[in-house]
Amino acid sequence: MLEIRNLHATVNDVEILRGINLVVKPGEIHAIMGPNGSGKSTLAKVLAGHPSYVVTQGEILYNGRNLLELAPDERAREGVFLAFQYPIEIPGVSNASFLRLAYNQKRKHQGEEELDPLEFDDLLQEKIKIVEMDKAFINRSVNEGFSGGEKKRNEILQMAVLEPQLAILDETDSGLDIDALRIISNGVNQLHTDTNAFIMVTHYQRLLNYIQPDFVHVQMNGRLVKSGGKELALLLEEKGYDWIKDEEENRQTAASN
Amino acid sequence: MDTLTALATQEYKYGFTTDIESDVAPRGLTEDTIRLISHKKGEPEFMLEFRLKAFRQWLKMTPPTWPNVTYPEIDFQDIIYYSAPKPKAKLASLDEVDPELLDTFAKLGIPLNEQKMLANVAVDAIFDSVSVATTYKEKLHEAGVIFCSFSEAIRDYPELIQKYMGSVVPVSDNFYAALNSAVFTDGSFCYIPKGVTCPMELSSYFRINNPDTGQFERTLIICEEGASVSYLEGCTAPKFDKNQLHAAVVELVALDNATIKYSTVQNWYAGDKDGLGGIYNFVTKRGKCAGKNSKISWTQVETGSAITWKYPSCVLLGDNSVGEFYSVALTNNMQQADTGTKMIHVGKNTSSTIVSKGISAGKSNNSYRGLVKVLPNAENARNYTQCDSMLIGHDCGANTFPYIEVQNNSAQIEHEATTSKISEEQIFYFLQRGIPQEDAISMIINGFCKEVFRELPMEFAVEASRLLGMKLENSVG
Repeated sequence: MLEIRNLHATVNDVEILRGINLVVKPGEIHAIMGPNGSGKSTLAKVLAGHPSYVVTQGEILYNGRNLLELAPDERAREGVFLAFQYPIEIPGVSNASFLRLAYNQKRKHQGEEELDPLEFDDLLQEKIKIVEMDKAFINRSVNEGFSGGEKKRNEILQMAVLEPQLAILDETDSGLDIDALRIISNGVNQLHTDTNAFIMVTHYQRLLNYIQPDFVHVQMNGRLVKSGGKELALLLEEKGYDWIKDEEENRQTAASN
Repeated sequence: MDTLTALATQEYKYGFTTDIESDVAPRGLTEDTIRLISHKKGEPEFMLEFRLKAFRQWLKMTPPTWPNVTYPEIDFQDIIYYSAPKPKAKLASLDEVDPELLDTFAKLGIPLNEQKMLANVAVDAIFDSVSVATTYKEKLHEAGVIFCSFSEAIRDYPELIQKYMGSVVPVSDNFYAALNSAVFTDGSFCYIPKGVTCPMELSSYFRINNPDTGQFERTLIICEEGASVSYLEGCTAPKFDKNQLHAAVVELVALDNATIKYSTVQNWYAGDKDGLGGIYNFVTKRGKCAGKNSKISWTQVETGSAITWKYPSCVLLGDNSVGEFYSVALTNNMQQADTGTKMIHVGKNTSSTIVSKGISAGKSNNSYRGLVKVLPNAENARNYTQCDSMLIGHDCGANTFPYIEVQNNSAQIEHEATTSKISEEQIFYFLQRGIPQEDAISMIINGFCKEVFRELPMEFAVEASRLLGMKLENSVG
């Protein structure tokens, strides 16, 4: 579904990604971990097409197409979804109308009939159960005055409505209390099927207690330096990142000799 | 990477001109011009006197310099003060209106043919300075409502004109009001008799066609005791490289228990992106809540004009009277707007609400200027003011000039103000959900303007929100 080859990207002329390689197949859950400043969020933003990030080298294939040629909104309509680390507030725009517009854009793109507000409301009432949100959320302005946890749940609600093929969760777990973490993880687990895939960018192993990743990758200095199964996350929890850093330095020294 | 500075090059869709034979007065302004206008219109003596009095006052006055706008000095002798489309013959009905004119209004989306009209909206169409058609006259007549051109009203209802004209905006009120009082050529007149709720929306549609014509129209709306009316006005003009002057006067009078709702969607030509051409929109609008429990509500959506200078105001004379002002003012490119309201509390238990939404894009400058004044006898006056500004890009300006003068201790005045920006992050959030940029901007702006749009009659709210989206195309990113 997704193939990233030797991806380099800059922001404000500073190179953040320095050769990312990653293959994601349908049905898989990948976790990307790593210390602060390793470029995890940059990878998420580049995949979604944020205009501040410039790809300088490499390619990204999504369902066989060159993802980098697609505008951000086209990527979204093609099923790429980014759950934001810091969801944006939109005063005066209700959650329901925002979601309906997004949903109908996707329907239109797929050549399906758009839903009217009543039909859409039925759909939304079902979806809102997934994130255990109060119905009142639907009519509040998008993220305005929401607590941190509510904002993150709202991201998952949007994901539930839009049913992406490839969902990227950018530190969705950070700043959540244990209940919110459980709700969000349940949401992700309910939405996970064998035709869609998830990339979860996270700092902490604790999210992986709730969501079982198929692969864990460690990102450092703009590269994925180590990959493994779920046990790698446990190892990181226990030993930190330093031992990988050492390994990586040794490898580089060896390479330059 | 900064893409916010990319500017709009949105084409102005109403910029065409109509090739029509006109009866035009010579350029410039003297007492003779005024006598000519009055004579052409076959006016009674009292009108000529009113005009001459205003003209003599005007000669002693100077244009206001306090608004936060800049423009080269206007040469008032280089303007044509009277231009009327030449009728092919005397008109007996709409069918005889010059087809060129009907076409013009049809192109503007204002069909004057009653069968094709928007359901339940009566229209008075004003081309350059002259009212060319008023629809649904018969149906309104049955209800006792008078809705006609100002010229007709002077001819047919001189006693009402003499009683009310200049009673809200005196001839010497300000420079442009005095000029209008001297040279106005037409406009709309509307009279709702006692106890009558006007059976349909009334609407005036203003169109400037001649490049050198100033447009000076007057509107007078009188609501007798217990009557109510909802009135809409719309404005467009062709594109010219030269600036054109539009100096209108609108007077509203609401007697006991009367309600007037006045809505404007102003889309005069704004000039090109470098600021060439466009309308100078210098307008005096004021309503008098003369009776107790009366209410006047202004709603305006200002999107056009090179310069906008207007402050639709309410004088709350009657006890328990209510004044409202809901405004969206959008400026883009080189546009300048200095707009707001005055709420003058005179009677007891009067209340006023001001909601102003300013949107600035491009290199434009947008100011809110408002006065809330509570006079010594205005016991228990209340005002709530909310002023929100939204900036799009880095080169535009937003200012707020609130003036509050309270001379009675029982007054309760609240003022809230915010400034926000449409950021690239906000746009990206929409894009990431599959929503194209144009829809994103229009949704953000609609959200921002929601409190004002919900005051507009339904179909105009839709029109207004579409207009804003169109005006802002290509402004972000």
